[in-house]
Amino acid sequence: MGTKPAIVCRALVKDYGSLRAVNGLDLEVGAGECFGLLGPNGAGKTTTVEILEGLLPPTSGEVEILGRTWQAERGALRQRLGISLQETNLADKLTVEETLRLFRSFYAAGPDITSLLELVSLTDKRQTWYVKLSGGQKQRLAVACALVGDPEILFLDEPTTGLDPQSRRQLWGLIEQFKSEGRTVLLTTHYMDEAQRLCDRVAVVDKGKVIALGSPRELIQSLGGTDVVEIRCEGEPDEERLKGLPGVHAVKRRADVVSLTVEHLHKTLPLLLAHFQQNGNTLNGLSTHHATLEDVFVNLTGRHLRD
Amino acid sequence: MPNPTTLGRHSRRQHPLWQLSLMRWRIFAREPSALFWTYGFPVVLALALGVAFRNRPPEASDIAIQASPEAEIWRSALATNQTVHVHWLDAQKARDALRSGKVALVVVPGQPRTYLFDPTRPESRIARAIVDDALQRAEGRADVAPVNDQLITEPGSRYIDFLIPGLLGFNLMSSGLWGVGFVIVEMRVRKLIKRMTATPMSRTHFLLSFVLVRGAFLLGELPILLSFAHWVFDVPIRGSLILLVGLSALGSLMFAGIGLLLGCRAQNTHTVAGLVNLVSLPMLVTSGVFFSAARFPPIVQPIINYLPLTALIQAVRTVMLDGADASAVAGQIATMLAWGLICFGLALRLFRWQ
Repeated sequence: MGTKPAIVCRALVKDYGSLRAVNGLDLEVGAGECFGLLGPNGAGKTTTVEILEGLLPPTSGEVEILGRTWQAERGALRQRLGISLQETNLADKLTVEETLRLFRSFYAAGPDITSLLELVSLTDKRQTWYVKLSGGQKQRLAVACALVGDPEILFLDEPTTGLDPQSRRQLWGLIEQFKSEGRTVLLTTHYMDEAQRLCDRVAVVDKGKVIALGSPRELIQSLGGTDVVEIRCEGEPDEERLKGLPGVHAVKRRADVVSLTVEHLHKTLPLLLAHFQQNGNTLNGLSTHHATLEDVFVNLTGRHLRD
Repeated sequence: MPNPTTLGRHSRRQHPLWQLSLMRWRIFAREPSALFWTYGFPVVLALALGVAFRNRPPEASDIAIQASPEAEIWRSALATNQTVHVHWLDAQKARDALRSGKVALVVVPGQPRTYLFDPTRPESRIARAIVDDALQRAEGRADVAPVNDQLITEPGSRYIDFLIPGLLGFNLMSSGLWGVGFVIVEMRVRKLIKRMTATPMSRTHFLLSFVLVRGAFLLGELPILLSFAHWVFDVPIRGSLILLVGLSALGSLMFAGIGLLLGCRAQNTHTVAGLVNLVSLPMLVTSGVFFSAARFPPIVQPIINYLPLTALIQAVRTVMLDGADASAVAGQIATMLAWGLICFGLALRLFRWQ
């Protein structure tokens, strides 16, 4: 993390009529950091990002990007940011190269089109109309349009939503490369694997507020354990006694599923099985997985990210 | 994959206004239907109307004589007249034919004879004059003063000559309103405008590119329609060609400005389509595209005269057909400038960028 923050916002509020989309949100993103806003649809991620990008005015609160405000230095800021919106349809009948030349013309400095095409692996599509590109190619072109001005900060709003696994990995590689140059990335996502792989730090957003903040590792550790055991059984499990078992940190019930956060799976699992046998509960199913940011979200809100 | 740090950081860029205009031009030129409506349709319309209203020998009026023995003499008196075509009908059939418009006039025998006709139908008034004149002459009336008829059907005073400037104005209006207003809203719906405002792009450049490219389209529209009119219908261009190009360019820019204004707020294409129709259809009717605007009552003339399309068509018509110079159309030029500048200025202030 650099010394001076790249992005700061304080007490950000955005109202749409009577609906409060962003509700007193604070953020500080360091220079060179890859920062993720993680949350379900409708959590206020896009609204927050568009305020930071200077596309929406906040109802109240302060925003500083690279130490400047949008009101005072809009033109200078625009030159230094690269933005990819959640849904952009570029012009259907412009080719990849024509689209990039157009966007390139808006910026004072930036890479040449040929090397940019190579960077996003669209060299052999340079003469292809936008409308004829695949979803992954369209998204890579959108990212290329964000990189065309050689930005210091890259904003990506749900960059891989709706893409196939291969296209997602390709885009991740691109973002990691940008990050490796020490430049700042702010991305929103509702994929926890994406946040876990790309982000140095994550803010979990729900109902317009940050409800947890830290590195993916810290957040997962905050659960108290590194593994999650999910058990379906007959009869009423005794939650209090489960909680008292050594190595068990948290017990949650969701319908007929009991999920436990545990520290050392190999030690705790035999104890669990013995407990259920003593208690007379017949197990209908048992699964375990390494704890993810999804579990963090469930733990904080009682809901899944994509509910 | 090259490392981004090795990317050339100072590659040359082209001027954004040039790139924006190029984009507009490419999108237009790659849309076959847009090409047809701009370049093909006016020619097709001119051809259809030119053929429909081509100069023909004057048509004979259909008239009826109510059958009776004493009317036989009128029937033979009119038989040699080229301008009337006589139907010999009984009383009921003659009245039916008049009511349904098959004949313009019925001659009823009696003392005196009676002409049955509807005076609000121009062809009935003409038929009455022709029939009465022919019958009176046959009955011995002499002309008191000799007269001489000179027939005029030369180029410059035919319907097609009147029509071509009207079609030119109509075409500049529809391609300006649709080609700017509709396209802008389409871009807004696709969130392309929002994406572009997330760059350092100048908003004035963006709007200006629409206006400039409209001007460039004109360089295609004008020669196609004018040379078609000239070669096929022999329509004259009596005034200065440069003035004509200048007026068309001004009209084109004016309608681009109005198109910008219509598209500056609308959130979907239905709204803007409604607005374009709302603005263009009244002008299509009142501004003298197909018939002279002077036919409307005097009370609405001041309004009609200051409509954008009226000003353009009047100016083009005066220069093309009367060979007038710029000073003769200064009023129309001022009207067009005012419409264009006011609409462009308003659009710039009211434009919805998100």
